[in-house]
Amino acid sequence: MPEQRVVDADYLLLEAPRERKFITGAQAMAEAVKRANVDIAIAYPITPQSEVMHLVGDIWAQGYLKDYYRAEEEYGAMSAIAGAVRGGARAFSATSGPGLLRGLEAIASWPGHRIPAVLGVLTRVVNAPLSIQPDNVEIAYLLHCGMVVLHAENQQDVFDFTLAGFVISEKVDVYIPVAVCTEGFFVTHAKGYVSMTPEDMKLPPRDPYKAPVPPTDCEIPPARIQRDAPVQKSNFMSYLIHAVWQQEVWSSNIRAMKYIYKYLGGPIEVVNPDAEVFIVASGCAAAQGREAVRYAQLEGLNVGLVKVKSIRPFPEKEIREVLKKAKAVIVPEHNIVGWLAKEVKAAIPDNDKVIGGPRVYGGMTLPVELIMEKVYSALGIKKEKKVVV
Amino acid sequence: MEVLPGPAGYIPTPPAFEGVELPPPGKALLYGKIVDEEIAMREAAKAMLTRRNPTIFPGPLVLWGWNASAMEKAKAVLELAMEIPNCRIIPMPDYRPKYPKIDPEAEINPNHPNLTILHNKIEACIFVGVHCHYANLSLRMIRAGTNCFTIALCAEMGHEDAMVSLRDVHAEEIRRFKDVLVQVREELGIKWEPKLPPENPSLPQENWENLSVVDYGEYSYLLIPRRGEHVTESE
Repeated sequence: MPEQRVVDADYLLLEAPRERKFITGAQAMAEAVKRANVDIAIAYPITPQSEVMHLVGDIWAQGYLKDYYRAEEEYGAMSAIAGAVRGGARAFSATSGPGLLRGLEAIASWPGHRIPAVLGVLTRVVNAPLSIQPDNVEIAYLLHCGMVVLHAENQQDVFDFTLAGFVISEKVDVYIPVAVCTEGFFVTHAKGYVSMTPEDMKLPPRDPYKAPVPPTDCEIPPARIQRDAPVQKSNFMSYLIHAVWQQEVWSSNIRAMKYIYKYLGGPIEVVNPDAEVFIVASGCAAAQGREAVRYAQLEGLNVGLVKVKSIRPFPEKEIREVLKKAKAVIVPEHNIVGWLAKEVKAAIPDNDKVIGGPRVYGGMTLPVELIMEKVYSALGIKKEKKVVV
Repeated sequence: MEVLPGPAGYIPTPPAFEGVELPPPGKALLYGKIVDEEIAMREAAKAMLTRRNPTIFPGPLVLWGWNASAMEKAKAVLELAMEIPNCRIIPMPDYRPKYPKIDPEAEINPNHPNLTILHNKIEACIFVGVHCHYANLSLRMIRAGTNCFTIALCAEMGHEDAMVSLRDVHAEEIRRFKDVLVQVREELGIKWEPKLPPENPSLPQENWENLSVVDYGEYSYLLIPRRGEHVTESE
């Protein structure tokens, strides 16, 4: 392990020199953890997350992390993350599909407990039937937890979002966890070029006193396992305190937006802003959408892409602005429920122009041709299907 | 959205939902708008000088002398209180729910801060040294149910729910605010000789020579595991 020196977070994220490596998404996540001065990582293995946590275990063995262990299952892992963070540590965990759902009660309590942490969500099918293949329906369950939810398109995003995630989540006016989601296998087990900050630089350690809540008060007996629970007795004021507490979580979520602009260049990326038809996509589907824009250009069609990097906070204003002149909006997704299409429909006034699909799930890939079929349909272009016998 | 004194109603919308953003360094929030600090300070001073029962609510970050800067900040808060005519200090010593109910003359609690505001008919107040999360909860609940003009002197980035919110406020900035307040007081022609606020009437006088943990009453749990247990030795 090289000697690491602490550098300013803004310098590391925005100015530090970068070196290009050809690595998997799982490696990119572990490399970001390596540079994030993480104190502890806790997880329970589940495919396809296990690759990430295996690699994080390796860097713990090399001395980059102070502690690392395998919990008994995800509920325990996510509860232990809360305890570690409450105790002043910077913590990381990752999970996938059914593991996320098993840990969800604990995860959903993190924002209310003001737990700044980063959770890797390497998406896979949610059982049943049992499958380990990529499908991002689990992100639908994360959307209402209050945490910041970022969706990475490729290995580069995984590195950038994970490293910036620690910085964003520990901002005093945010101080809620950040989920960095990406598609299992398609990104985690495939290689891509990643420009990374130097291995010998790391973020400053977490300062638990720079926080909107007091650090752990376990020194005061009896040790309190909850953050000053206010609603144990019912009366009118108790309901109001819980209401304003929930509002505070979502206000914090909104406040994360300015840091998403600062560190990630904004919540969306727009390709061909003057397009007639837009593809709005996140994660892996954005990569296929990007390819569909290239196909369309070759055919002389005016198609653009809105890649959504931040699902929570959702960039309503930005999307509304980009799509105001679009004739049609196509939302390809890797899940059956179409959670992104619903978000887009809720964000724009003339939402009858939103085409929810194409959708693939259960581990299926998303061929560019499927997206192109929707593009042709939106532009009124009839294509003959060729059947090769 | 304009963030004005309430009552805003049953469940007020957080200003952050309505596009109110925290100010950048060197700026302040006044009624939800980003303005120069001086302008916000003058409006805050006017409120504390002209509205009924001005009160300062110091939180744990200034009440407990946990480092030199906290002690200095506490001194600055007292200096500020001395310059505000008939100002009271009511502490927010911690954030735990107090059952069956708090003594609203002795303290303010984030779980029902409006009880203290309403009982004491406070129409202008300053939050200082309260952790941001609990300050935000309190400020919103006060805006929901009272007509109190709230001022947040925040050591971090500020609070959208306060009518006036200053950021990065430490001892030096509190003293700068005090100077502005004295200037506004003179402009308004209010005569006042600086003096300490009255003792908190609900707290028993403490004799430090024979103080016992039971004298801490409700707060004894901060010192000992069980109420009434006398600790004769410590580590």
